[in-house]
Amino acid sequence: MSTISARRRPVGLRIAANAFVIIWLILAAFPFLWTLWGSFKIELDFFSIANWTNALTGENTQRVYGTSLTTTGYKGAWIDQEFWRAVINTSIVCVSVVCLSLTMGTLGGYALSRSSYRYTFWLLILALMFRAMPPITLVSGYLLPFFHWNLWGYLPTTIIVLVAINQPFTLWMLHSFFQKIPKDLDESAKVDGCTQFQAFRHVIIPVMWPGVITTGLFSFLLAYNDFAVGTMLLTEENRTMVPAIAAFLGTTQTEGNVMFAVAAVVSATAPLFVLVMFFQRQIVSGLTAGAVKG
Amino acid sequence: MKHKTFFWFFLPTGLAMLMFIAFPIVSVVTQSLFTPHEAVLITVENCGPFGCKKETTIDQDATANLRAQSPLGKFVGTAIFTDRGHLAFSEVGDAWQNSDSIGTFFSAIYNLPFYRAMAFTLTFTFISVPLLIVLGFVIALSVNSLHRHLKGLVIFFSLLPMIVAPLVGSLVLYWMVDSRGILGSLLQYLANNPDLSMKASTGLTWIMLIVYGVWHSAPFAFIVFYAGLQTLPQDQMEAAQIDGASRWEQVRYVVLPHIMPLVTFVALIQLMDKFRVFEEIIGFNAEAHATSLSWMILNDLGGETQLLSSAAATSLMTLVGVAILLSPVLVRTWRDFKEKT
Repeated sequence: MSTISARRRPVGLRIAANAFVIIWLILAAFPFLWTLWGSFKIELDFFSIANWTNALTGENTQRVYGTSLTTTGYKGAWIDQEFWRAVINTSIVCVSVVCLSLTMGTLGGYALSRSSYRYTFWLLILALMFRAMPPITLVSGYLLPFFHWNLWGYLPTTIIVLVAINQPFTLWMLHSFFQKIPKDLDESAKVDGCTQFQAFRHVIIPVMWPGVITTGLFSFLLAYNDFAVGTMLLTEENRTMVPAIAAFLGTTQTEGNVMFAVAAVVSATAPLFVLVMFFQRQIVSGLTAGAVKG
Repeated sequence: MKHKTFFWFFLPTGLAMLMFIAFPIVSVVTQSLFTPHEAVLITVENCGPFGCKKETTIDQDATANLRAQSPLGKFVGTAIFTDRGHLAFSEVGDAWQNSDSIGTFFSAIYNLPFYRAMAFTLTFTFISVPLLIVLGFVIALSVNSLHRHLKGLVIFFSLLPMIVAPLVGSLVLYWMVDSRGILGSLLQYLANNPDLSMKASTGLTWIMLIVYGVWHSAPFAFIVFYAGLQTLPQDQMEAAQIDGASRWEQVRYVVLPHIMPLVTFVALIQLMDKFRVFEEIIGFNAEAHATSLSWMILNDLGGETQLLSSAAATSLMTLVGVAILLSPVLVRTWRDFKEKT
């Protein structure tokens, strides 16, 4: 139907709309492409005082290394500054956070969607309030107890904290997904003699995957992009990627190695690029799930 | 579902939220009411061949003893909330009495860290949210008229600014607007001023941060509005066309009313999201010109001596701000719930 109305659209308006989309595409994509290209140059080219085209042609890079593209930035970041550690830490954190928060979230979200008592509503409201709280406001509450019990600085502590911070969102999302699964499905399983858990295990789990994958993606993004918690609760060698990049900024500006930070930023963005490529549809459906419902 | 079954299903997630969200809030509240003990000082008079000298030293045992007795510190009530680093009541009062015009009063207030942070946070929030909604709406309308195959491509690239961490996204832009970067050079060329630097002035820094805020969140508005446009009632559109409504009138009287609930949704979510701005400030290295409440918390906690009480007080005030912004959402959820039951 949209093609019909598109055909009726006057030419001028269509050109304007297309031009606008192209401008937006450039605005959205160009900074990333530019940084990707520039990360293979040396600082004199990427931050060029003489001529901005140096960043494209890599004149100084050519002069120093003989080729116009160099991987010294990546080498410096990954090996000298030990960014590989941060990458491993981020992988551990992300995988654990996704697994744990989905396990806990599905159980809780399922219970919330199947119980008709009034307290489920108040639990959801409470979760909504928790969800609105910026994680940084909780951090000063963690520090004293964690120091006291000697829990500070370890990856498992951060993982548990991130899982907990993530729960309110996971609960809301999975709750709305489970509500779309007809209640008759597990009710009839219970009539056939299943316990509630067996009904969940054999009837609900096989059909819940689309919702779980979407929710898992957002849990992954939260853990991957976390800065506030990681930077305050982790020791230097346990840092994840985003806090590690922030720590780079302090050191690199004195050493004149901004290119390390540029390389690290590109390294941290690349996995997200791949993620969007494969899961675009799920991300879009997750973003709109809350909106279309409420 | 029976209460007992519900309890066991909900236990893991409930326990996690209780331990790591509810208890920390209690801990934050208590911390904000206490301040660490000052060291116990003793004055000893040392008399030598060249006369007597009074020396003040820290009594380590007494200090340790005091700290062990009440590990929370000294109870100070709401003193931290009203001190110079936070609401600064006495400073505000002084400024009110001593300034001869509103202008000097505001500039005196602006020098207090809390009000400085609030000024930026509120400006940032209330300028970038309307802008990103308008931008997202226009993108959604334009993309909706595109060919089917192109839509996926546009959505793919649109998701990128939104999906990267704010710190990473702001760094990407920061390096471009650096006076030696490509956008910085372009701006210098356009303004015909080779010394122009976005970092130099407060106004330019704020604009830079707002532009970043819009760039970062417009995709979210776009995706939500675009999904809304797919459910546009076609019969209403056709009726409007038959009645001779112009394009603009169709948008104004059919599309906008249909999208309106989504606009509210995006506005509410984004107001809360923008209120917690701080990674952008670090990414743009803009502490000198723009601070926010969340940035103050990080600054208190990240220093050599961690100012836990001060950070806790700021955290609570941030939560009050979030609560104010959240209240419409709660009212809405409550109304939905009432309608359903």
